[in-house]
Amino acid sequence: MDHVIEIDGLSKEYETGFWRKRRTLALDGLTLSVRPGQIFGFLGGNGAGKTTTIKTLMRLQFPTGGSARILGRDISDIETHRRIGYSPENPYFYDYLTASELMDYFGRLFGIDPDTRRRRADELLTAVGIEDKDRRRQLRKFSKGMLQRVSLAQALINEPELVFLDEPMSGLDPVGRREIRELIAGLRDRGVTVFMSTHILSDIEALCDEVAILRAGRLAASGTLSDLLEDSGDARSLEIIVRGVEADEIRERVELVAGATLAAKPNGVSVIVLDETDIDAVLQIARESGGRLASISPVKQSLEELFVRQTE
Amino acid sequence: MSSPSTGSLPRILTIATNAFREAVRDRVLYNLIVFVLLITVSAVFLSELSGGHAGRVITNLGLTAILFIGTFIAIFVGVSLVWKEIEKRTVFSIFAKPVGRTEFLVGRYLGLAATLFVNIAVMGAGLSLALLFVGDRPLAAAIWPAILLIFLELSVTTAVAILFSSFSTPALSAMLTFLIFVIGHFSSTIKELAGALASPAAKAIVEAIYYGLPNYRVFSFITETSNYMLPTGRMMAGAVAYAFGLTAVVLSIASIVFSRRDMK
Ligand SMILES: Nc1ncnc2c1ncn2[C@@H]1O[C@H](COP(=O)(O)OP(=O)(O)O)[C@@H](O)[C@H]1O
Ligand SMILES: [Mg+2]
Repeated sequence: MDHVIEIDGLSKEYETGFWRKRRTLALDGLTLSVRPGQIFGFLGGNGAGKTTTIKTLMRLQFPTGGSARILGRDISDIETHRRIGYSPENPYFYDYLTASELMDYFGRLFGIDPDTRRRRADELLTAVGIEDKDRRRQLRKFSKGMLQRVSLAQALINEPELVFLDEPMSGLDPVGRREIRELIAGLRDRGVTVFMSTHILSDIEALCDEVAILRAGRLAASGTLSDLLEDSGDARSLEIIVRGVEADEIRERVELVAGATLAAKPNGVSVIVLDETDIDAVLQIARESGGRLASISPVKQSLEELFVRQTE
Repeated sequence: MSSPSTGSLPRILTIATNAFREAVRDRVLYNLIVFVLLITVSAVFLSELSGGHAGRVITNLGLTAILFIGTFIAIFVGVSLVWKEIEKRTVFSIFAKPVGRTEFLVGRYLGLAATLFVNIAVMGAGLSLALLFVGDRPLAAAIWPAILLIFLELSVTTAVAILFSSFSTPALSAMLTFLIFVIGHFSSTIKELAGALASPAAKAIVEAIYYGLPNYRVFSFITETSNYMLPTGRMMAGAVAYAFGLTAVVLSIASIVFSRRDMK
């Protein structure tokens, strides 16, 4: 099997309103494939259709067009659910159960024997940082971040090959985010494929191998993170930082250099040139006005810029 | 749509057990306290009555209370049984597991049916004790077939509540289910009405209502029981078969509706 997820022209139109029907096209012919053994980042702004995609794959909703396969089988075949895990967006569980009871209940739905259930529940709750004393409390007393952790633990109760995580970092504090990040990275190390929707860019930079960017229910961009950043950036641009001069003193002359842009920054005057052959000219101008070189570095488009560009 | 197979049974039972646990923790059994108080107070006051009167009055009152309390629970827990799970999104993690929609529906149904069973059995035991207290041994035993019939009726009411709630709001579902309960108990009146109507069209419509809606008279034996009558084996068997058949049909329709729904 080349791909663990194959989405082919998937569409979803919502009808809202009882008397006067209004239609929202949440997914508009999405086509996407995910190779095994990686952390795949599913990006997009609010309302781009990430949750809709995942819910459709989980068979919580029915597509209005197209098809999709998980682990080689059509999504209508829920037998595949034995081999996958899912953590919903803003997870919510039976609030009258304790964390341990929830894990046990879900383990039973998979037909896992009692001893294995108990052992895995303990291991997983430990891994997501739910302490012993909290495991015997009802979930109605859990904070959003704690529910998020429980959600991740329950998604792994059946030792899945593939997990779908919808905004797994939301509601977590910075320490929690780092812990969960490490946990997700650990999954990949064990060969689990992770399909993760998020809009927290630092998590994507830290975790994801490949990403897809969704915009208005369509694929806006996809590929490895480094390819995407290079592709759309001006790969050979360089930033020169000079100190000891005011930006305005050299602005006129610098801007005569083709394509150069200049800006005052806290750490000095920043000049961006399109090619390294322009460095000398800029340095010459700066020195003549009493400035000195502080640094030269290649300009990489940040993920944030890419994201903003692709989702606007 | 996956239909339940042999492998379904453990999952259905797991879901049913959890639904039962939910009812217990949501204090659905608290009504028992009200019932016990009611029966105790009436037993104490009515024990003053002469002859066999106390037993008959307590039986009538007690069985009617069991029917109404049970119907109340069946309707109010029944209409939110599935709806609440969709609304609170607890179904999301359930259906991402190898659990079919029908398995879920049947499991939730059985969980509530078990809750009602325990509930009614405890209320019945309370009634029996009250009857022993006023010295009416025959009635203390004779109430049990009537209680079983009440349970059968509640099983149907629960299924009806689930059916309505699979496509409408809890408030509307509760109203409709209650309407079915009322019509079901007055179905003989409907039949008489059909007989009395002159216009063939009107007659056909009323007859369609009579045959289309559940006939709860099949389960009614409260007045008879307080008059020391016992249902025949035939009546009991007929009621069991009717309840099973009706529940199966109603739940199948609910399942078809529910299986096509988006979980929002
Ligand atoms: N149940 C629903 N009914 C109607 N519209 C919906 C529903 N769920 C989502 N939408 C709409 O579909 C679009 C995509 O939503 P969603 O998939 O939740 O986006 P994301 O997860 O990327 O933020 C949005 O415009 C949203 O308003
Ligand atoms: Mg979302």
